[in-house]
Amino acid sequence: MSEHEPDWRDEVFAALKAAHIRQVGYVPDAGHARLIELVHADPEIHAIPLTSEQEGVAVAAGAWLGGARAALLMQSSGVGNCVNMLSLAKNCRFPLLMLVTMRGEWAEFNPWQVAMGTRTQAALELMDVLVYRVERPQDAAATVAAALDIAFNSDMVAAVLLSQRLIGAKRWVK
Amino acid sequence: MRSSDRQLDRRAAIRILLDRRDELLLVTGLGSTTYDAASVADDAQNFYLWGAMGAAALVGLGLALAQPRRRVLVVTGDGEMLMGLGGIATIGVQRPPNLAIAVFDNGHYAETGMQPSHTATAVALCSVASACGIQETFDISDELGLRDFAARVHKSATTLFARIAIRADEPPRVLPPRDGVLLKHRFRRAIGIGD
Repeated sequence: MSEHEPDWRDEVFAALKAAHIRQVGYVPDAGHARLIELVHADPEIHAIPLTSEQEGVAVAAGAWLGGARAALLMQSSGVGNCVNMLSLAKNCRFPLLMLVTMRGEWAEFNPWQVAMGTRTQAALELMDVLVYRVERPQDAAATVAAALDIAFNSDMVAAVLLSQRLIGAKRWVK
Repeated sequence: MRSSDRQLDRRAAIRILLDRRDELLLVTGLGSTTYDAASVADDAQNFYLWGAMGAAALVGLGLALAQPRRRVLVVTGDGEMLMGLGGIATIGVQRPPNLAIAVFDNGHYAETGMQPSHTATAVALCSVASACGIQETFDISDELGLRDFAARVHKSATTLFARIAIRADEPPRVLPPRDGVLLKHRFRRAIGIGD
């Protein structure tokens, strides 16, 4: 990548800003590190670290009741924690964008990540979340923008899965 | 541990909390606190959770951050709060000044047959809140304390957390609307947000 080409992570943040996202809940993941940094640095956005991912679904519901748009960042393992709490969004038609960094797929080192990673999309679809997937950096911002559109125009939950190949497999060193 | 201090009547307690509520926004948790709120009056500025156990305080957090000029009160039960215990840590980091959380603690899961909850024998919710960074906590077991807390809800400069010791009983249920979409839309309209 030439240094004049913007990083896809910065473009994803720009898409959140363009969609007037005002609260971002997250459980940290290495793949979200840049986005978390940008969210904390932005005075218009409440950055909300969570102890567990499902908290963010509840916070987003409250945000929407108060007229604010929210997004939720997590790793694929966190999706399993969200299943029952997504009933709040589904039952009340609360809009929400979830950005999910994938583990347990491309060149995964840790076998413990595979069980949830291979069922992440199915778990989301079980709760009728709209799921989009990004494999190439040049598609990231447009996919996130499209997911934001449908989530907030249709009062639904949309998730964008950021593939492990896109993010880069975690490096393990002894 | 403190079974003897659980004497307050829950319906009297909710009336005190909502006395002269003005523009106070209310979120209630799954179970009896939703019936308690409805027993005072169904109000478009109430958002009742009929599910999503553990969500109440966190819905209050998102709402308080989104509406910094409005006061937000969460009233939920000990069982509902216990399921979202990590949420107290998340709220402790944010501490919006316009958020107050009141936990009606009868030490039991009233909805499912009065099984003892963790607060009946071991867990002190105010200590949890305090350890999570919420500086203003109130362990309330009488009407005087409750009235003092109810007044603070309207003027506090930081997040408040109260454990309110109520009697373990089940007054007749008062059922507000259950349609989540209806509750959402009427709440947003009531506070002036368009569709």
